[in-house]
Amino acid sequence: MAHGPAKGLSRWLFTTNHKDIGTMYLWFSFLMFFLGGLFALVIRAELFQPGLQIVEPAFFNQMTTLHGLIMVFGAVMPAFVGLANWMLPMMIGAPDMALPRMNNWSFWILPFAFAALVSTLFMEGGAPDFGWTFYAPLSTTYAPPSVTLFIFSVHIMGASSIMGAINIIATILNMRAPGMTLMKMPLFVWTWLITAYLLIAVMPVLAGVVTMMLMDIHFGTSFFDAAGGGDPVLFQHIFWFFGHPEVYIMILPAFGIVSAIIPTFARKPLFGYSSMVYATASIAFLSFIVWAHHMFTVGMPLAGELIFMYATMLIAVPTGVKVFNWVTTMWRGAMTFETPMLFSIAFVILFTIGGFSGLMLAIAPADFQYHDTYFVVAHFHYVLVPGAIFSITAAVYYWLPKWCGRMYDEAMGRVHFWIAFIGLNVTFFPMHFSGLAGMPRRIPDYNPLWADWNMISSVGAFLFGAAQVLFLYIVIRTIIGGKKASDEVWEASHGLEWTVASPAPYHTFSTPPEVK
Amino acid sequence: MSARTEGKAVKRTTVKLVLLAVSMFAFCLFVLPPMYTLFCEITGINGKTSSKPYTAVPAGVDTTRTVKVKFIATKNSAMPWEFFPMNYSIDVHPGQAMTTHFVAQNPTAKYMVGQAVPSMAPKNAIDYFHKTECFCFNQQTLAPGKSAELGLRFIVDQDLPKAVKSITLSYTLFDVTASSAEIIEAEKNAVQEASSNEQPTVGQYLANL
Repeated sequence: MAHGPAKGLSRWLFTTNHKDIGTMYLWFSFLMFFLGGLFALVIRAELFQPGLQIVEPAFFNQMTTLHGLIMVFGAVMPAFVGLANWMLPMMIGAPDMALPRMNNWSFWILPFAFAALVSTLFMEGGAPDFGWTFYAPLSTTYAPPSVTLFIFSVHIMGASSIMGAINIIATILNMRAPGMTLMKMPLFVWTWLITAYLLIAVMPVLAGVVTMMLMDIHFGTSFFDAAGGGDPVLFQHIFWFFGHPEVYIMILPAFGIVSAIIPTFARKPLFGYSSMVYATASIAFLSFIVWAHHMFTVGMPLAGELIFMYATMLIAVPTGVKVFNWVTTMWRGAMTFETPMLFSIAFVILFTIGGFSGLMLAIAPADFQYHDTYFVVAHFHYVLVPGAIFSITAAVYYWLPKWCGRMYDEAMGRVHFWIAFIGLNVTFFPMHFSGLAGMPRRIPDYNPLWADWNMISSVGAFLFGAAQVLFLYIVIRTIIGGKKASDEVWEASHGLEWTVASPAPYHTFSTPPEVK
Repeated sequence: MSARTEGKAVKRTTVKLVLLAVSMFAFCLFVLPPMYTLFCEITGINGKTSSKPYTAVPAGVDTTRTVKVKFIATKNSAMPWEFFPMNYSIDVHPGQAMTTHFVAQNPTAKYMVGQAVPSMAPKNAIDYFHKTECFCFNQQTLAPGKSAELGLRFIVDQDLPKAVKSITLSYTLFDVTASSAEIIEAEKNAVQEASSNEQPTVGQYLANL
């Protein structure tokens, strides 16, 4: 049984080992994170001053579209799946994922999907330019020819996510070590279980909506074409029926990560474990009945506006439970502030700010003013960057010593944190103000009225980008030459993954551990 | 759990989850769009009016009140035609059959096909506004430079809620030339066969079908 990895390239091509696949997912998402970040910097460079300086408006639109698509589907989601692959079997005491061959597949189709998507930049007519939300008829009647390639790449990404989700549920439900009851599972496992159900429920809807686009474009149907009896508003309903659960897919695993990290560095068990589980499940349920708050201005009847407004505000309740629990876990704890903890605390504070601006946007009458302004951009970047990106960064610092057996440089980690933290706030906080002053999203040129805020945002964006280059350097230096890490790594670490050696052997828990 | 029962359990879970994913895909593609259309038809929330002609039932004219029917003609952004109503508003008594016309003109040098899509406000009038004849039931073909009068015949129902004093009917004209190659061919042939140089009216064209 105790054989190591195969040699050379075939190890990575044919591997069915959850650790290898997790590693590939993480490196792939890191690469996509830099690509998406590069596109973001093109956007910010153009917006540094009013007027057109660097890129053409058509190319600017391609940048906003690809930035969104790559960050959502290429960076955040594969990073969480990578963490799930690495950590879930070790957290529940399983030898591997339940469906290892499918696991190999679900990773290896991803590079093809993104190669297809990025290749559209070099196509005649350019890359998709209709925003990551690809509203019809902009993405059907008025789309560049590359939209077909975009549709197929979304199909492949969807297939990959669905396979990954099936694998995760099958693993969690069937392969837990004896004694590991559902309510003893670490919260990261719980949040991923619920996230995987969300993925299976809504990724097929995304596949369905792009299939309808494909048929409208090439096969003469009129799902979204008013001239043929269809309705463009139908597109928005279906898209957001996928899209709102999708944003929770990008945040629930983050909740699991901080729920693992904060107790370790507060040296106290997590406050309110079962309420955390129920809050996660409630958020997942509510995500299915709030989609139309993205469409308040589409011309809904008053009853619809009210229903979706109140349902949306209801989400603040389980989310508030979570924030309360994290804060209470830290309360009177013996806290230390290592890099993973710094990122986690920043997560709690900044995610709460993003949550509050979400509540402001949930107020239907006020949303008519905020809709499609930079206030919305500020809101979702405040929940996604400190939410998803900071939690993933925290997870990498937290578990990297377990993965490679070497400790990162704490001082450099803190420098990374502070540059990223300052860069993030300098980038996105001014967007609240430019948005409230009326600056619309997705424009390459703008009224000089908003020039100051935009200049500050652009400076912050380059600072944030520099912080991520430092992150890459820290990770590589740790892997190559970091100090040896102990098996438990952290003083108060708790959980099955810390009971195995550092670095984690190629095969762990071939005989299941006993969980008390 | 032994390795064999674990393998079986994994298989069972997998089959269930695959079925869930497939059924969500089918639900999205085959159930959601008809459900949406049905929902909109029942509630009338997106202003869609019926796309089928109404068969008039003989009933008295309610001369005690007058309803103002206003007409709006808009063109979809890509549509080069001229398109406007001949009367911007008409006063009718409920129960009274009324005819009006819209004018469409094709200023381009090619055959084109247009489709008008109606929408109505307020929504509680939708069920009481009956179109016995409407150009929006069909596509309109226009030869280069030609224009046509497009007819609309309607009755406002006597049961129209008392609160409704005016009804707005809006038409948006879409260019559907790209998906109507056959209709254009038929139209060209019809023009060649016609002895006169005159463009046949839409009514004649429809009669030829």
